[in-house]
Amino acid sequence: MKALQELAAKLLTEKTVQIVIGYEEGPRGVRPAFITRAEDADRLVFDSRCVQNLASYLSPRRNHLVPLGKKAIVVKGCDSRAVAGLIRETQVRREDVVLIGVRCGGVVRDPAADTTLTPDTVAARCAECDIREPKLVDHLIGDLPPAPPVNRKRDELIAALDAMSAEERWAFWQAELARCVRCHACREVCPMCFCERCIADKSQPQWIESSAHRQGNLSWQFSRVLHQAGRCADCSECERVCPAKIPLSLLMRKTSLIVRELFNYRVTDDPSVPAPIGAYRLDDKQEFIL
Amino acid sequence: MSSTTTSTITAKAAQGFEPRIMAFVCNWCTYTGADLAGTSRLHMAHNVRIVRLPCTGRIDPLFIIKAFERGADGVIVSGCHPADCHYSVGNYHARRRFAIGRGLLKFFGIDERRLTFSWVSASEGKKWADVVNETTARIQGLGAFDAFRNLTEDWK
Repeated sequence: MKALQELAAKLLTEKTVQIVIGYEEGPRGVRPAFITRAEDADRLVFDSRCVQNLASYLSPRRNHLVPLGKKAIVVKGCDSRAVAGLIRETQVRREDVVLIGVRCGGVVRDPAADTTLTPDTVAARCAECDIREPKLVDHLIGDLPPAPPVNRKRDELIAALDAMSAEERWAFWQAELARCVRCHACREVCPMCFCERCIADKSQPQWIESSAHRQGNLSWQFSRVLHQAGRCADCSECERVCPAKIPLSLLMRKTSLIVRELFNYRVTDDPSVPAPIGAYRLDDKQEFIL
Repeated sequence: MSSTTTSTITAKAAQGFEPRIMAFVCNWCTYTGADLAGTSRLHMAHNVRIVRLPCTGRIDPLFIIKAFERGADGVIVSGCHPADCHYSVGNYHARRRFAIGRGLLKFFGIDERRLTFSWVSASEGKKWADVVNETTARIQGLGAFDAFRNLTEDWK
């Protein structure tokens, strides 16, 4: 943590960047910190509660950060996949951001929770993590902590849903989506949701019903998830911020499993690897087409 | 593809359920193929409403959702065979999108048998008639799809 604070202070003092976005202790667990003065760098922390994906602040939709100047952000391995996505899709130029990578020993689900990692508290995405030491970085901080405990409940639930009949799955999702209030927090927090005008905000023609009834909610989540196919970095921020506690990361995870099975593609931290949507192969699977 | 005879379709229709099926087809192959089916006077189920689009690449999976929202019982998506796309690669891009969209619809609990994807070229009038008849018979077997349309009921 000392190394992180010193690096942030150095970057600010040498005017390499004007703002360092990291994590700090807040009134309720850790929260994103926006450090603009070197003397404030000692507020920065990093531990297993640093759940938030700060890559969201690189997205061009968060343009209120632009006047603050060049940014450095703290990234975990999973966050670096989102940064790579933004670079791949020409939303961010690599040279416009300084990436402070942190070696990660897994994170808990809730930034206000205890730092202890147990199979019950560890985030679902840590189970398959192969990127605890991020590679898309300018600086790399810390020693590699031991691997986190494994919790595969999310994949087990997906397998259980897949085994259900269509009617049962429909009932499951209807019960979940009925709680959606269409606050669009899932969209706002997502680093990869950067359209200047979202299809959900379009009213003429209105593709997605804006009322928070289950029909509009289903169409909205279908569109949102489909637009993330092959792009989602699996940071599960959509699920964390959902005030209705809809298990959105089930949808994101399922989509990434579909993409993996169909196109043998996993979202990587390498911006030069093209995304599966927007690319094609002549021999793509088409058993479902008559 | 198993071809469904006209008599089976008529028998099912006699049971009273006429499904509403939306077809999103590309202008260059399937629409022309459907036109050929018509001018060849092939007998087809009359349950399919066609929306003509420039290319399967223009077909957003959201179209399928919208069709179900508005009360379609089934959806057909059809376009040029691979390597035949008027715009060279539109159907390759579409193929990927439909493969993912279909999996996701299934995960949401929509019966994938309500969806038909096909490649029908401009010369395959007979194939289009088969696609239409087979899909209609399949949807008649599944019954009406009210679940999606009725999702607004408790809101009113």
